[in-house]
Amino acid sequence: MALEKVKQVSGRGVFVPGADIDTDRIIPARFMKCVTFDGLGEFAFYDVRFDTEGNRTNHPLNEERFAGANILIAGMNFGCGSSREHAPQSLRKYGFDAVIAESFAEIFNGNCTTLAMPCVVASAADVAALRAAVEADPQIQITIDLETQKVTTSAGHSISITLPESARDALTAGRWDPIQELIDNNAQIEERAKALGYVA
Amino acid sequence: MGKSLFQKVWDSHTVGTLADGRTQLFIGTHLIHEVTSPQAFGMLRDLGLTVKYPSRTFATVDHIVPTINQDAPQDPLAAEMMQALQKNCDDFGVTYFDLRSGKQGIVHVVGPEQGITQPGTTIACGDSHTATHGAFGAIAFGIGTTQVRDVLATQTMALEPLKVRRIEVNGNLRPGVYAKDVILHIIRLLGAKGGIGFAYEYAGDVFDRMSMEERMTVCNMSIEGGARCGYVNPDAKTVAYLNGRPYVDMSNFEATATRWLSFASDADAVYDDVVKIAAEDIEPTVTWGISPDHGVAISELIPDPANATSEIEKQSIDEALAYMKLPAGTPIKGVKIDVAFLGSCTNGRLSDFREAAKYLKGHKVAAGVHAIAVPGSQIVAIQCEKEGLDQVFRDAGFEWRAAGCSMCLAMNPDKLIGDQLCASSSNRNFKGRQGSSTGRTVLMSPVMVVAAAIKGHIADARELFDFA
Repeated sequence: MALEKVKQVSGRGVFVPGADIDTDRIIPARFMKCVTFDGLGEFAFYDVRFDTEGNRTNHPLNEERFAGANILIAGMNFGCGSSREHAPQSLRKYGFDAVIAESFAEIFNGNCTTLAMPCVVASAADVAALRAAVEADPQIQITIDLETQKVTTSAGHSISITLPESARDALTAGRWDPIQELIDNNAQIEERAKALGYVA
Repeated sequence: MGKSLFQKVWDSHTVGTLADGRTQLFIGTHLIHEVTSPQAFGMLRDLGLTVKYPSRTFATVDHIVPTINQDAPQDPLAAEMMQALQKNCDDFGVTYFDLRSGKQGIVHVVGPEQGITQPGTTIACGDSHTATHGAFGAIAFGIGTTQVRDVLATQTMALEPLKVRRIEVNGNLRPGVYAKDVILHIIRLLGAKGGIGFAYEYAGDVFDRMSMEERMTVCNMSIEGGARCGYVNPDAKTVAYLNGRPYVDMSNFEATATRWLSFASDADAVYDDVVKIAAEDIEPTVTWGISPDHGVAISELIPDPANATSEIEKQSIDEALAYMKLPAGTPIKGVKIDVAFLGSCTNGRLSDFREAAKYLKGHKVAAGVHAIAVPGSQIVAIQCEKEGLDQVFRDAGFEWRAAGCSMCLAMNPDKLIGDQLCASSSNRNFKGRQGSSTGRTVLMSPVMVVAAAIKGHIADARELFDFA
């Protein structure tokens, strides 16, 4: 199966404030009582989007002007905590196609890549500039280019970004889901299993 | 040039290099549970794949299990998840330590207990606390569900190699200072993201002296420091712990033990980073905020944003204190608690309950405090009950529950209510972690949980108990 080559992601951005946004915040554990990932989108950031009475808070994701934004902008250590793929799945199903942050937790980053959702790192100053730009004008168009490793905007920004080389390759070459390649190496897998001794 | 344990295990499990540059790594042991595996089995079925080495995957049920009437969840979704796991294990021939097996428990308690966790192996599980197994000198990764699928289908996964940071703690821990305090102290020093890109090797005489269960407590929280995994080099204690356990091949144990020990880091191994910590500097440590690196020694004050060294730090303290409803610059000691939780994959093992019971005996839980003790596995529960520890907890006013993850992440009925504050032996103090979107968590060692339960507020266990 040929996978889509993810070279660019374009759209509108929304900034979600806070450092160390953990995966419990992205998807509270009580919503993980499920046997499929379907329907997780509506629970993304649930406990910051709704108060204890179920009323909408003033969280940016509740602001009408950011409706339809598909690029999430965040601070440091985004996605820390649990390895739950429910977190990136909920963001994906909520409608996000990419995340720009000051840094990412590792497991989360890998999980996102496997869902063809790039996680790109920008400097704190550039994240602050992007935040200010989208808050001033939520309609500005943002383009993340994984080949040139730049984020550009219709407001004239040009920002350098980084991501692990393997993730960049996997996304741009359309091999972000490695399953076929893993399977193709079956002979080597069996050889390794035999050599290890403890497997058979 | 010598190699670290990480390098030895990585090299011996490398299948090849993938087109994107990552390593295809053989995963010797795969552990699964009901929350992160059903979707992976779904993907497997969608792709028409099967489980490559069914004998190398082991399942148990832990996250959603009620701790009262374990096998009768009132929640239909929980019941559905339990049934799905049973069906998936039946369909694909996977060993399942179910509720009737007498071996069920938190997956990171069960693996070592059964002797499935072994030195020099690679382990993966769809759970970030898989790092726990590193206590045995295994390289153990928490993985996402798509990777669970990859491991089921191929017994391998795609990974980037990690750098290795050796964290040496030498000297003597002061009385009343536990493994939990050591790891909370390390995370406080190096930060919640300090370990990104690293495996942590815990070394030095403090870890050498620790029991296997204490080493598990330390390795368990590697992820809270941002590290993908953490480990302690295998030694005589590791071998002694595993000797005779159900999944250890006893046919040629001496040779097996020799092989295990050969994975220990060489004396001349080269590390990407080395951090040295003096054991004497570590005090009983508790958290005050909403990230595991928000730690303070019990004698210290809650941080004041006015003293922050950067705007980011100030904002972080402001946000944490607003959520925790704690006043800046005041002692953490004396903060009133509503709930005391003893359990989890961090501190839900026999030695944790023994140590807690030793100091709890003869005391009562303070009025107004809801205290629960949740063993990490059915085996831990039975052993505690044989030793009469359950009675010590009950006599003191704790509820003695059945095995599961329970209030660590509150996927079962054990939840905080409203903004209750919980003295917890678990691993995460994230906003909403314990089941209420305004619930508050203060992480600490089991003995400190007991001290807090008795006093009704966060307390210095050294002032209550005689540790000499």
